[in-house]
Amino acid sequence: MKKNIFALVLTFLLAGLWAGSALAQGKTPTDDDVNAVASQLFCPVCENTPLDVCPTAACKQWRELIRLKLSEGWSETQIKEYFVAQYGARVLAEPPRQGFSWLVYIVPPILLAIGAYLVFTTLRSMRKPTPDVAQVSVGLETTVDDDDLRRVEEELKRLQ
Amino acid sequence: MFATFGYGVLLLTFLMALYSIGASLFGYFRKDQKWVESARLSMLLTFPMLSLVSASLIYLLVTGNFNVKFVYEVTNRAMPLYLKITSWWGGQAGSLLFWSWLMSAFATAVTFRKWARDREFLPWVVIVCSVTMVFFMGLSIFFENPFETFWQTMDGQIVPALFRPTNAIPFTAPDGQGLNPLLRHPGMIIHPPMLYLGFVSFVIPFAFAIAALATGRTDDRWIRITRRWALWAWLFLSLGLVLGGRWAYDVLGWGGYWGWDPVEIAAFMPWLSGTAFLHSVMIQEKRGLLKHWSMILIILTYCLVIFGTFLTRSGVLSSVHAFAQSAIGPSFFTFIFVTFVISVALLLWRWADLKSENQMTSMLSREALFLLNNLLFISILVICFWGVIFPLISELATGQKVTVGPPFYERATGPLFATLVLLMGIAPLSAWGHSTIKTLGKAVWKPLVAATLAMAGVVTYFLLNRSIINDYFPYALIGFFVVIFSAFVTLYEFWRAANARAHAQNENIFLALWRLAGRNRRRYGGYTIHLGVVLMAIGIIGIEMFQTSTQRTMKIGESMEIAGYTIRYDSLAQFEHTDGRWVTRAEVSVFRDGKFLGTLAPRYDLYPDGQPMTIPGVRSTVVDDLYVLLVNWEGVNAQVAPFKVYHNPLVNWLWFGAIIFIFGTLVAAWPDKDPESVAVSARKPRETVPAGITD
Amino acid sequence: MTETSQPVRKGVPIWIQVIVWAALAVLMVIVALGLKRSQQGTVAPGDKIPDFTLTFFDGYTYQNQPQVNLSDLRGKVVILNFWASWCKPCEEEAALLEAAWKSYEADGKVIFIGADYVDTEPEARGYLAKFGITYPNGPDLGTKISQFFRIKGVPETYFIDANGVLQYVQIGPFSSEAQIRQIIDTILAQ
Repeated sequence: MKKNIFALVLTFLLAGLWAGSALAQGKTPTDDDVNAVASQLFCPVCENTPLDVCPTAACKQWRELIRLKLSEGWSETQIKEYFVAQYGARVLAEPPRQGFSWLVYIVPPILLAIGAYLVFTTLRSMRKPTPDVAQVSVGLETTVDDDDLRRVEEELKRLQ
Repeated sequence: MFATFGYGVLLLTFLMALYSIGASLFGYFRKDQKWVESARLSMLLTFPMLSLVSASLIYLLVTGNFNVKFVYEVTNRAMPLYLKITSWWGGQAGSLLFWSWLMSAFATAVTFRKWARDREFLPWVVIVCSVTMVFFMGLSIFFENPFETFWQTMDGQIVPALFRPTNAIPFTAPDGQGLNPLLRHPGMIIHPPMLYLGFVSFVIPFAFAIAALATGRTDDRWIRITRRWALWAWLFLSLGLVLGGRWAYDVLGWGGYWGWDPVEIAAFMPWLSGTAFLHSVMIQEKRGLLKHWSMILIILTYCLVIFGTFLTRSGVLSSVHAFAQSAIGPSFFTFIFVTFVISVALLLWRWADLKSENQMTSMLSREALFLLNNLLFISILVICFWGVIFPLISELATGQKVTVGPPFYERATGPLFATLVLLMGIAPLSAWGHSTIKTLGKAVWKPLVAATLAMAGVVTYFLLNRSIINDYFPYALIGFFVVIFSAFVTLYEFWRAANARAHAQNENIFLALWRLAGRNRRRYGGYTIHLGVVLMAIGIIGIEMFQTSTQRTMKIGESMEIAGYTIRYDSLAQFEHTDGRWVTRAEVSVFRDGKFLGTLAPRYDLYPDGQPMTIPGVRSTVVDDLYVLLVNWEGVNAQVAPFKVYHNPLVNWLWFGAIIFIFGTLVAAWPDKDPESVAVSARKPRETVPAGITD
Repeated sequence: MTETSQPVRKGVPIWIQVIVWAALAVLMVIVALGLKRSQQGTVAPGDKIPDFTLTFFDGYTYQNQPQVNLSDLRGKVVILNFWASWCKPCEEEAALLEAAWKSYEADGKVIFIGADYVDTEPEARGYLAKFGITYPNGPDLGTKISQFFRIKGVPETYFIDANGVLQYVQIGPFSSEAQIRQIIDTILAQ
């Protein structure tokens, strides 16, 4: 069942990608075309405000600039590059994947991996043999006492 | 007159809090209860005293005393009474006093609890609370004084000062500047108090944690005392976040509720660590495990509260939410530094005493899954923290400003949130102490089958409506599956227990459910919260993955289409509101399949100070929201107006889920007659407690 | 409780303690530097201004070059004005700056430069034409120059003396031409 879903997912993923690339090009750019680019850029003067929703006069100018560039046939990537050259990297919604800014993408996975490792080792070290699968105990003073057995049995009973 | 009075009482309260610290320390080291008791009584008075201070400020605000700088900055004559009162927290100086006042309410409340059983905690609880209050009152007194008044000096300059400069005469402005229009929305009126309440109420669990570390009484007594405080704190924080989201949705006019703004994240981070804390506390209580971890989490939560407040108020981060730059930065930094160092030092010092009393018996036991839950919450926290701090690091290292925006957070935290929801489904089915694949599988299969069947329905729906399928579709399917599975597990848990009780007690199923929840409020409150989260997740998937928008400039009579709706521009009116703002209000008719559904009125308000506000016209149903905005309005031509329309599927589930969520928290947190003694007497010896029988 | 019955008391290994304290220290240093930066105002008078390059809009030149380095201007008093076409207060002072420039232009001891802060070129050109600005103007590409001066907004004007040392900072618009001239004359007289 799960495999079927996965196949479906793939089909639609591909269908979606194809539909996405077939965007209309050329002609006079509509408001929607402008917004599609503007929503990926941030206002250079107001902090943390995407360009498509920013109400200031300056942002209105930038949206018109996008419209102008689109009508000149510029692509989305070219416009973004132009904005970065003009106003600095902060107009991008994410730091560019280059130089120092790589850190922003690298550090979280590393920390997450360390965290996962720590949790795993903690679990391992805290673990002791379960009543049905006797093993060599890893770690501290572990004896299976009556209380533990009783508890486990009660839980098993409850689950049945 | 009232300004001087208010300031005087504030100063007195400050001195009393200082006395509390001194007396407490003295009493603790001299082993003299008299001094500690005196410190307690002194702390008890802070709330009534700060209430007097606050009353003076409110009096000045309400009477429009524009001689006072703060009153001049946040109110004006045209504002209605309720806004004059709520403008108390509309500016830096007032909101700092508001912070202290709320904090004092908790400090005073905690002095009233029955201390008989845990006298040794008292001095340290008093010290932690008082130090926090001294700090915040100190900020009010030395840096951001809400009682400063205007003076006109000999050379005609107007200066704000507390005491009369030489040869100056009092100056009263004819009218004030008025509250920032963005802050006039009802959501904004209650959102900051809730957030602050959440912030300050985490001070109490933190105080007990520090008391436990300082006195060496590191068993789980401190957790039993504070778990309900922590639940309330968490409730307020959740409420604050939800109301903030609702405010953004209603007022900011960008079709969303959460923009991953640094200041939003600053409020979200303590919520994350607080949620992890609430879960880890359960493991500690049930199984005596992870004592270190609970301690770390509560310290982290408090530090994040202070750190978040610092980031918002010091001007280190720039954000739409940030307060104007201010002089409180360095002192705030010092306070944070001292708090961090002392907390970490205490924790390292007592590390050995916090040893687990028990062992983990199975990788699939509930405690193991809870640990995984904690890992996920902390991972999200780490991502958020890194995203907030990185622009600062980047600017320092390279001199280049960068933005870490929504795409980063969404990509990084999305899978983690999905895993959390999945875990939320599995964990309640695993037992404390011991679980195997077999036992877990036995418990899981029914909800799993039900969820799979439901997913077939979802997929069919999409196949019938192919037009809504977009790039996010696969992720949405995964999301829906996880969400539906968790929902079924939670409902199944309710049903199973209620059914068992109905049979055993011969009650009808609803009565059984009611009584069951009444007896195990924490457990079933928790499940209700999970149900709320699931519903919210549906709304979030809907709006995040299937939101569409379109923009068009229309003449009167023209119409535009979105998601099967037709929106026709009917009319436009412009008029001046009584409070001085210039309102431009459009009316549009909404149709679907040729059927008239109603009229919406998006608005564009221009305030006298030039600040614009775009208020959407929203048609809200269970299925979707139609969110119509009048955008980029320059007042050029009334016959032609630009409209932006968002189609937000399922977004109402978010708000509905939030209500369920809050309700669940209330169920879990509502006070018993004597929560602590009930908890103790009802508790069987730990080792023999089977899962799920007591709470 | 079982609290006192612990046979082993295991503290935190030293190396972990070191890591914890180091991490805390790093975080505090970052925050402290960030705080310092945010508390700092603009570049202060007395600071030596390092070199920067401004490329002009088409139609503007300095000594027939389409760009200028600050280092080329040693020996002259440099008036660096930050502005933007979307900035209303900038319009108040635009004519004053141009008038002041006219009175010093022939002399050759003073040079005015306009740096256009995050702006769109068509509007910027419109602004320059509207106020008939003749001294060289160019866009502050990537906000590099303004970030160095740590400007808080526009308009802001920086007066750099013949040795490349900042002498005066004007935040906000000038109120009169005389005000500008007075500042320049003071610097020239030194």
